[in-house]
Amino acid sequence: MTDFALGRTSAKAPPRESTAWDRLMVNRNWLGFWFMVPAAGFLIFFLAYPLGLGVWMSFTDTRIGRAGVFIGLENYQWLADDSIFWLSVFNTILYTTVASIIKFAVGLYLAILLNEHLPFKAIIRAAVLIPFIVPTVLSALAFWWIFDSQFSIISWSLKQMGLIDHNIDFLGNANNARATVIFANIWRGIPFVAITLLAGLQTVSPSLYEAATIDGANRWQMFRSITLPLLTPIIAVVMTFSVLFTFTDFQLIWAMTRGGPVNATHLMATLSYQRAIISGFLGEGAAISTAMIPFLLAAIMVSWFGLQRRKWQQGEAND
Amino acid sequence: MASVAIRDVRKAFGATHVIHGVNITINDGEFVVLVGPSGCGKSTLLRMIAGLENISGGEIRIGDRVVNNVPPKERDIAMVFQNYALYPHMTVAANMGFSLKLRKASKDEIDSRVNRAAEILGLQPLLGRYPRQLSGGQRQRVAMGRAIVRDPQVFLFDEPLSNLDAKLRVQMRTEIKELHQRLKTTTVYVTHDQIEAMTMADKIVVMHDGLVEQIGAPLELYDKPDNLFVAGFIGSPAMNFLKGNVKANGKLEFVGPSNTRLPLGKAPASSDGRPAVYGVRPEHFTIADDGAEAEIQVVEPTGSEIQVVAKLGGEDVIAVFRERHQFKPGEKIRLKPNPSLVHLFDAATGKRLTA
Ligand SMILES: Nc1ncnc2c1ncn2[C@@H]1O[C@H](COP(=O)(O)OP(=O)(O)OP(=O)(O)O)[C@@H](O)[C@H]1O
Ligand SMILES: [Mg+2]
Repeated sequence: MTDFALGRTSAKAPPRESTAWDRLMVNRNWLGFWFMVPAAGFLIFFLAYPLGLGVWMSFTDTRIGRAGVFIGLENYQWLADDSIFWLSVFNTILYTTVASIIKFAVGLYLAILLNEHLPFKAIIRAAVLIPFIVPTVLSALAFWWIFDSQFSIISWSLKQMGLIDHNIDFLGNANNARATVIFANIWRGIPFVAITLLAGLQTVSPSLYEAATIDGANRWQMFRSITLPLLTPIIAVVMTFSVLFTFTDFQLIWAMTRGGPVNATHLMATLSYQRAIISGFLGEGAAISTAMIPFLLAAIMVSWFGLQRRKWQQGEAND
Repeated sequence: MASVAIRDVRKAFGATHVIHGVNITINDGEFVVLVGPSGCGKSTLLRMIAGLENISGGEIRIGDRVVNNVPPKERDIAMVFQNYALYPHMTVAANMGFSLKLRKASKDEIDSRVNRAAEILGLQPLLGRYPRQLSGGQRQRVAMGRAIVRDPQVFLFDEPLSNLDAKLRVQMRTEIKELHQRLKTTTVYVTHDQIEAMTMADKIVVMHDGLVEQIGAPLELYDKPDNLFVAGFIGSPAMNFLKGNVKANGKLEFVGPSNTRLPLGKAPASSDGRPAVYGVRPEHFTIADDGAEAEIQVVEPTGSEIQVVAKLGGEDVIAVFRERHQFKPGEKIRLKPNPSLVHLFDAATGKRLTA
């Protein structure tokens, strides 16, 4: 269109030298730059600035109400000798690994189940989303009651059935408390995994399963040879997000245990909050938060490679 | 290879009945085409043969075995889908060898069978590619390769050419036909394109609304359609139909719209005076002085022939001539159907009247 118009003018009169301004006005990169400015501004203001400030604070001895001075790596040296910090690192890794694996397995299973022809499919699909919709703090409070040492409905039911004779101390015992918060996290995280994988499953053309049926595949072989490989790209995305959310989880723990008993359920996020906000050592809290960054970057790298377009996804999609 | 017998087969999806008792016998090695308008139940019938749909009533046999309750993989059939249904994450070779792999065939056997099929279809240079890296025609061929590798009793094709462009379609049509002549595997081929049906089939089954209208060799259907539906469906451009009455006393002729007199070769005596439909194919008109008068509306030369739309007794008819007449719109011509090639149908039942 433009070429055509230009061709006509040049036929009439010799074209005038285009000025730098003219070139700038038609330069797509220049225009693109201006379109990007608002988004970039937002990102810098709301993401990069707080992140940078946090990292900077981790190198200072700032406290609430007192601007700090630069102290280099002193906060990190402190943390390196702090057994509670290392406990929180261990807890975070345990929490993330166990919860993510179970969320993935159960989520995938649910997604496959929901992809079948079930009666009341729409209602069941909606029901699966409930844990996701309920505000975390609310569900955490509910769990708190369910697992309360005196009023726990589980203990009560088991006692009524005569299986146990005294209450289970769900949140008072270290390992019980860990299992309990992991359970709560799984309960809350499964809908996201299940619904996203369900969306992925629905992109797999049913005729592939028909072709496989005729080729002689049984259900398991179809899952192994067709569903799983076709789902890998979406699994990579979902699990990255799931790992990131789990690793940085704060609300559930804070509402249910506040890191107790005796720091047994402290995650890096909750410990950071406790040191920085509750105790007022902003610099130290910032250092704990900053220490999460390498772990998160590692998780992102894994997914980055998982997300690389596979060979079969390349090429023209003229179907 | 095997014969296929379809006996009084019915299909209902819930309360919707889509196939109402179909009987077809397919002989060993035969190429049978199921043809009919969209929604008539061709795919459903094919999928019942494949075992992808349950059979609501009746019986399907492959060879001597009733397969109503036999799972697809034990029916020894191979199917080519309309969208090819190639596994996107497997190479061409893996796609073709998948069924053998599932049967736990040895790697050598898989390789040799895949290579043989690839050779037949000219796919060797593409064996390492993924489906996305293939053109439509190549994908089509891979889908056929996947079927050939299994060396099944019966090939089932569901509109395999409908995603290809016109030229490639003609080419693949020939290729499939050649393949059948070479392998001689019993084939059931579904299409809604009557040209495909005519050119490829040993035997055509014309379906309409879940019923078989007529079964026969292509030229049999063309020369002696059993009813108005088949007459109108087979042949392109379609047969012209004119409503009127048979006049049998005196000179046998057909009184068409606006009292147009049209010649009749023969007609059953019982048809005298009965309302009937007169059918004449566009290619069976000639220009003759004793023809019926018609006014030319549109002239469409295609090079090899001239197609003319004309008003005959107030009705549009289409005539095709191989001679290069110099027609002009508005011109009056005299069209004469070849009396030995016209068809007569009962107006009420649509059934063929001429023997
Ligand atoms: N799963 C289903 N549930 C309900 N009705 C169905 C189902 N599958 C097909 N039908 C109906 O059965 C009829 C026959 O469908 P079928 O797919 O066999 O048609 P077809 O002859 O193959 O048409 P086309 O040429 O368009 O492919 C249609 O009216 C269709 O609406
Ligand atoms: Mg169909």
